[in-house]
Amino acid sequence: MMKTIKVLGSGCTKCEKTAEAIAGIAAERGVDIDLQKETNPEAIMGYGVMRTPAVVIDETVVHSGSIPHRTDIEKWLA
Amino acid sequence: MFAVFTWLADWLVYQVAGLDAGSKTGDALHFFVEDVSKIYVLLVVMIYVVSLLRASLNVERVRDFLARRHPGAGLMMGSAFGAITPFCSCSSIPVFLGFTSAGIPVGITMAFLLTSPLINEVAVLLLLSLLGWKFTVLYIVVGMLVGMLGGLVLHLLQAERWLQPFAAKAYERAKAQSLSSSPVPEEKMTMRERHRFAMDESRDIFSRVWKWVIIGVGLGAALHGFVPEYWITDYLGEGQWWSVPVAVLAGIPLYSNATGVIPVIESLITKGLPVGTTLAFCMSTVAASFPEFILLKQVMKLRLLALIFLMLLLAFTLVGWIFNALTPYL
Repeated sequence: MMKTIKVLGSGCTKCEKTAEAIAGIAAERGVDIDLQKETNPEAIMGYGVMRTPAVVIDETVVHSGSIPHRTDIEKWLA
Repeated sequence: MFAVFTWLADWLVYQVAGLDAGSKTGDALHFFVEDVSKIYVLLVVMIYVVSLLRASLNVERVRDFLARRHPGAGLMMGSAFGAITPFCSCSSIPVFLGFTSAGIPVGITMAFLLTSPLINEVAVLLLLSLLGWKFTVLYIVVGMLVGMLGGLVLHLLQAERWLQPFAAKAYERAKAQSLSSSPVPEEKMTMRERHRFAMDESRDIFSRVWKWVIIGVGLGAALHGFVPEYWITDYLGEGQWWSVPVAVLAGIPLYSNATGVIPVIESLITKGLPVGTTLAFCMSTVAASFPEFILLKQVMKLRLLALIFLMLLLAFTLVGWIFNALTPYL
């Protein structure tokens, strides 16, 4: 099943880089994902996230507070 | 300890480049080499060490700690945690909402959020290396006071009524609940994870600020070498009361370039810029950022936003005047 990955953040540079990194690695490995960016503060509050960029996979927060490392992203996509 | 950078500059400028120690160019270049090398080394080493120490302190734990505190204790601790907790300014909004939806009053949340940019690792480090420990301690104490008193004013005004409706609702909901949700368990970090966090932080901060160091120190060096000794004292000295508000206003657009501004300040101080004016300028540069204030519009009404901004400008101006007046007695 295709994973829905959301990047939470107010559109700062780090959030952009996080989305790019995920999209890049997914394309590299031929994994189909539905990548979305969530910038609405109320929605971000709903996930209980306080440090952005954060990553949500299929509605579960898996990462918060920094641009994720490559190894982490690969684990999520596996 | 910092003498090694003076030797490095001596050797590079006077020996290798063969410039005359008494010449203006030699003097300015010496200042440049000494400061840039000193700041670069300190930035990398100190940010790594500081990050290693505070890697496991995060905003989630601060929130749990501040929730349901007595307001007085909350204000003090909010400000203290603001000074030491690492968090990216781009997370201000989620942090604000996270605190608010945990039932933490706006005053306490703002004590945290106001102190955080004022006392950040880069500014403190630069102040320490360029202006010495006395000025740095003074800066930290005053910065925390501004955060605490700012928070207190907002608390007394019951600033919660000026939140955006969804944020106000989240606050009320949290207040209504008698017990908070289970607190975030303390993350047990291994040394390896701490090292990774510290490396990320150092790399991130250095890549953001290195160019501002060059620009700032370059300007500082030019001032140092070419502006006459008494020019500042004559035009921006203690006698001119208006120089403090002007310094505060001038600091607003310089935001995010604190790294560049502090080296300039170093040379202004040696040229006789009064301590109060310097403090005020420094704080305004570091904390009063228009772009970030506008972002807060998403969670608070314009009235509250304007109030906080004006309060900050007023606070920095007062700090400047008070310290200028106290200088003779310090």
